[in-house]
Amino acid sequence: MRTKPGLLQTQAFRIVLVYVVLFAVSVTALLFFTYWNTRRTLDGQADRIIEAEITGLSEEYQHFALPGLVETVRARTPHAGQALYLLVDNLHHYVAGNLDSWPQITAVPGEMIEFDYERPINGRQEARRARGRVILVPGNYYLLVAQDVHDRYLTERMFTTTLPWTVLLILVLGAAGGGLMSRNMLRRLDTINRTSGEIIAGDLTRRVPLTGSGDEFDALAENLNRMLDRIERLMKGMREVTDSVAHDLRTPLNRLRNRLEEAAARLNASGAQKSEMLAGEIERAIAETDQLIATFNALLLIAETDAGTTRAAMSPLDLGELAADVAELYEPLAEEKQISLAVLPGPAAGVEGNRSLIAQALANLVDNAIKYTPAGGQVRIRTAVTEAGVDLSVADTGPGIPESDRPRVTERFVRLEASRNSPGTGLGLSLVAAVAHYHNAALVLEDNVSSGVPAGLKAVLHFPKTAMRAVPGAPLKSAAE
Amino acid sequence: MRILVIEDDLEAQRYLVQGLKESGHVVDEAADGQTGLSLALSRPYDVAIVDRMLPKLDGLKVVAEMREHGNSTPVLFLSALSEVDDRVKGLKAGGDDYLTKPYAFVELLARVDALMRRRSPVGVKTRLDVGDLELDLLSRAAKRSGTDIELQPREFRLLEYLMRHAGQVVTRTMLLESVWEYHFDPQTNVIDVHISRLRAKIDKGFEAPLLHTVRGAGYMIRAH
Repeated sequence: MRTKPGLLQTQAFRIVLVYVVLFAVSVTALLFFTYWNTRRTLDGQADRIIEAEITGLSEEYQHFALPGLVETVRARTPHAGQALYLLVDNLHHYVAGNLDSWPQITAVPGEMIEFDYERPINGRQEARRARGRVILVPGNYYLLVAQDVHDRYLTERMFTTTLPWTVLLILVLGAAGGGLMSRNMLRRLDTINRTSGEIIAGDLTRRVPLTGSGDEFDALAENLNRMLDRIERLMKGMREVTDSVAHDLRTPLNRLRNRLEEAAARLNASGAQKSEMLAGEIERAIAETDQLIATFNALLLIAETDAGTTRAAMSPLDLGELAADVAELYEPLAEEKQISLAVLPGPAAGVEGNRSLIAQALANLVDNAIKYTPAGGQVRIRTAVTEAGVDLSVADTGPGIPESDRPRVTERFVRLEASRNSPGTGLGLSLVAAVAHYHNAALVLEDNVSSGVPAGLKAVLHFPKTAMRAVPGAPLKSAAE
Repeated sequence: MRILVIEDDLEAQRYLVQGLKESGHVVDEAADGQTGLSLALSRPYDVAIVDRMLPKLDGLKVVAEMREHGNSTPVLFLSALSEVDDRVKGLKAGGDDYLTKPYAFVELLARVDALMRRRSPVGVKTRLDVGDLELDLLSRAAKRSGTDIELQPREFRLLEYLMRHAGQVVTRTMLLESVWEYHFDPQTNVIDVHISRLRAKIDKGFEAPLLHTVRGAGYMIRAH
């Protein structure tokens, strides 16, 4: 089962994050547009008023010249409202208007400008914002006609200072909401993941729990459960098939063997001359039957382990100890064939597994190695702990297997030409592969490079990291009865 | 010795009963679980041979019932089911040994003999003797005619098993199961090589061999 991803790694959270950013950007754009539009409208209003004032004042000037203009300005000042006027001479000295002094502006006549000015409000001088135009009056006088836009200015300032905080708030709230939402989704997905993990581990009776909300997760869970029902039925069917195949084939094989044994016994008892030859024939027939039985048993075991229908008991075991055991079993045979068989010292290599199955797989590998290694050769068993897990390998100095044949040799009944005439069922390596598969391990065949002879074969069983277990001190073995 | 055979395959039953009778045993037979159970509970037997799959009452249940009634007759299970986890189930239900069909009759007979032997009270033995060969189980030393014999730990266990079953046929499978605790058939017969090694240690240089090969069956250790 894969490890649970962190919140930031989950697809749900990523999607939420993208949406939050997108949302924040569009909200900002919308606010900016509103701001820009409002300001344009307000400025337009102020500008129209200013233009109207200017038109009025220039008419006064045309009719009554400068004194008329001064008169009009003075007349308008007391009840000016938002309107501001200031008429100065070429040295910027006050002539008329409701502004005391010329503000800090570079007057470009005819252009709309914004400037700050001071005005007493409730007895206090207050800096305010205004917008207006400067007109050049013949005789080197300057007339400033403006509107107080301080309220607009305040709104604008408030907007620009609060905008970053608004965006930040959207982001924070969005991320938090997204996190909460994805955590909720993750919890549901997690239940499904956990259940699938348990099912992969072998408990086919597990089902994904439903919340009863009838949402898409429930629909998914329901479909998964229906699929699991089907798989469970198929597995059960498969088990029943292997069981009945086993029973229905073993019963006649048993009878056949019994009859042959009986016939041999009767012939031996009768003591007739001709019977000796016949007894030999029958004994060969029994041997053939035994070969048939061995093949059948191996096939059945492969089918069961491969399909995972068997419930072979798993327990923590030390591969090193197991290797030593198997080596001890085969050592006399190797010595008889003048082959040196040894287990190389390695680290403690604990895995969760079925002792009998792994021992049988290792025995098959060692058996093969001894069978194909010529006298004077070497067979080495070794355990190793790697990044990826635990390796159990058997390396020999025999003829090896050509690289092109390697994928084929673990298939059932495949025997290479070279070994066609040596005894064996042709199922040895298939069984090893099936046992490996049962333990989530992999069987890899490679050149035995460490021997210095490139031709040797090295068969490696790679157990994954998930199969690793600590082995509590070597178990005491019961003495033989 | 009295043996009960519960087997529903009549052909196999006939063969078993005949073989056991020829070997000098008294045999009762039953073809289904219920009959078998009532026989097992009504008469004393030295060994019961029980098929795993029986009509009316399953073999596992027959043995479980027997044990529940305090019946401790040694039971040998016969099974045509696939093996990996079945052996464990059989032994858990109260079986004493387990044999997969098809089997060789000598294998069955050797196991039945071993089960009977187990039943006879032996007490705690600290020494085993066969002829002039002695095995001290405490000091883990072997001697023949007073001469020390050096044995590897596994050789010691092999010899111990053979001597505990002195005078009986012990098959290769029995040795592999009891001495090595393996329940599979190695492709090559490795046991033979172990035996010839052991034989070289205990019989070489002595007039009368103790460790005998029983053709088509296995091995036997005996004094004469």
